[in-house]
Amino acid sequence: MSEPLIPADWMFIVAVLGMTAVTYAMRACGYWIMGQVPLTPRVRRALEALPGAIIVSTILPIALKGGLSTMMALAMAALVMAVLKRDFVAVVVAAVCAALLRASGL
Amino acid sequence: MNAEPATLSLAGCLRGIRLSLPILPASMVFGAVFGTVCAQKGLTLFETFLINSMVFAGASQFVAMEIYQSQLTYGIMLAMIGVTAAVNMRMLLLGASLRPWLGSVPAWQTYPSLYFLTDINWLLSLREYGKGERDWGIYLGSGLFLWVMWALSVIPGYMAGNAIADPAAWGLDVVLPAFFVAMLVPLWKGKRQTVSWLTAAVVSIGTWYLTGGYWGILTGAISGAIAGAMFDE
Repeated sequence: MSEPLIPADWMFIVAVLGMTAVTYAMRACGYWIMGQVPLTPRVRRALEALPGAIIVSTILPIALKGGLSTMMALAMAALVMAVLKRDFVAVVVAAVCAALLRASGL
Repeated sequence: MNAEPATLSLAGCLRGIRLSLPILPASMVFGAVFGTVCAQKGLTLFETFLINSMVFAGASQFVAMEIYQSQLTYGIMLAMIGVTAAVNMRMLLLGASLRPWLGSVPAWQTYPSLYFLTDINWLLSLREYGKGERDWGIYLGSGLFLWVMWALSVIPGYMAGNAIADPAAWGLDVVLPAFFVAMLVPLWKGKRQTVSWLTAAVVSIGTWYLTGGYWGILTGAISGAIAGAMFDE
């Protein structure tokens, strides 16, 4: 039996190429579409509001799915960030908080 | 808002790398866990390295590996590609929000660099843009750096097997959402954000209850952006 030229299954490689292609399409198309739309003040305001709206919409389902320990950890992150304004501290405090709460059975 | 032209410098790239250091350890742990998952699923190291460095979108890789079977069929292949598209659909919006900044940059520079778009370097870049930064090296430098580190991070995980069997016990699953929260706090400026964020919250939770999937990110973000645009100062 001869060693295969590449240590990978060809169907797996096709799946990876497909995944890479659709992901790049998502990465590039949003940017491309906004280039076709004239940047009126209203569109600009929408794009400025977009980051915050994306963040809120991303976090909330995670918090709800994660239950009380996740929600409290994320609330701690917000508190630490508002007071200390250090993203690294906020992230570490949130992770420690979640780990402790879960260790205590919450 | 001002429409100052975007600039690009090595100093900006290096600053992007420095700004991504706080999230780097957690990101690499997740990469390592992905390596472990792939080892358990029976992928070769080469296959693991390939999927991880080419797709470069953590959450979607994990979901795709949930579907993966060692005996691949066309159906499983398509399902893996399909869920990847669904999970990464939010990137349409991340890219759209970069338009005001990168719009003046030549396309031959922006389109290749969009390959390196992730939640993390997007968050960092938008925060700096909000502070008046126009050097898009912040985005490019952090993106390239995170890509290299992410690509390497699977190797120890693949080798180690079960070093971290349960990331949730260590609180590692809250790291990325906590980073999102930390980035959100300084974005709040007043009534417009309140209206926009409340709209996003209601719509995303509603969608999540109805569909349970990742659609809430899309519907919530778009309605939040529209609410922000309608709210005239």
